[in-house]
Amino acid sequence: MARYLSVVEEPYRATVEEQDDTAVWFTHALRNAGAEVTLLLCGDAVNYAVPGQDARGLRFGAREVRTSPEIDRDVIALIGRGAAVYVVAEDLVERGLPEGGLIPEVQRVSRGDLARLFADHDRVLHW
Amino acid sequence: MATVTIGLMDPPYESANTVTGFRIIDAALRKGHHVNVFLYEGAVALGFAEQKPHANPVKGKSVEEFDHPNPKDWVHALFELAATRGVELDWVNCGLCVDERGVDKQVEGARRGSPADFWKLAEAADGLLFIPTR
Repeated sequence: MARYLSVVEEPYRATVEEQDDTAVWFTHALRNAGAEVTLLLCGDAVNYAVPGQDARGLRFGAREVRTSPEIDRDVIALIGRGAAVYVVAEDLVERGLPEGGLIPEVQRVSRGDLARLFADHDRVLHW
Repeated sequence: MATVTIGLMDPPYESANTVTGFRIIDAALRKGHHVNVFLYEGAVALGFAEQKPHANPVKGKSVEEFDHPNPKDWVHALFELAATRGVELDWVNCGLCVDERGVDKQVEGARRGSPADFWKLAEAADGLLFIPTR
C-alpha cells in the first residue's frame, strides 16, 4: 500500500464557512478509508499545531455560526487515528511559536530533513 | 449615516476574504450605514439560493449536528439586519458572471447588474472597498 504525505501550506482558507480545513479534512477522510497518511504542516499552517484555538462567536445579522472550526482538535483527532503529523521547525521559529506550545504528539522536522521525509512516502499531495 | 460600497470577488468556500467582507458589511449595517455590495466573478454564487448544508462523515456528525453554514443564509441574515436597522442593503450581482455560472436563482433581494452599476454605486458612496481575489 502506498504511503501518502499531505503537505498543508495555506491555512485558514475558508475554514469558517467549511468548519474545517479542507486539506486536513481530506487527509482525515483518506485515513478513515484505510490509507496510510502523514500530515506535514509548513509555512503559516504550522499554527494548526497550536492547541486552544477558538473561532466561536461569529454571527451575521441574527445568523450565528453555531459550529466553529476546531482545526487544532482536528489535528489531534487525526493523530488519534494513527497518522503522524509533522511541523517544519524553522517555520515555527520564524513565527515565534514556542517549542513547548504545540500539541505534544506533533513531531518537528527540519528543512534539511524534508527530502528524507518526502522520500519515505510514495505519493505527495501539496495543498 | 454614510453609504459604503463593497466589492467581493471570491466564490463561496474558497477564501477567508468572504468572511472578512461579510463582517465588514455586518458592522456597517449595525452602525446604521447604507451598504452597497457588488459581487463579481465567483462571488455571485454567495447568494445562490440552491446551496445545501451537508453532514460531516469524517466527524460523524449529521446535517443537523454539523449545522453547516451556507453563505446564502448569511446574505439573507444581512438583509434582515438592514431591515431592522432601517438602512438599505443593495446586493448587486454581475449578471454575466451569474449567467456563466448558472447561479441565477438567488436569495430574495439580490439583483442583477453590471460594472456600470458598480461605477454608479462607487460614485454615490462615501467610501469604497473592493476585496479582490488572489
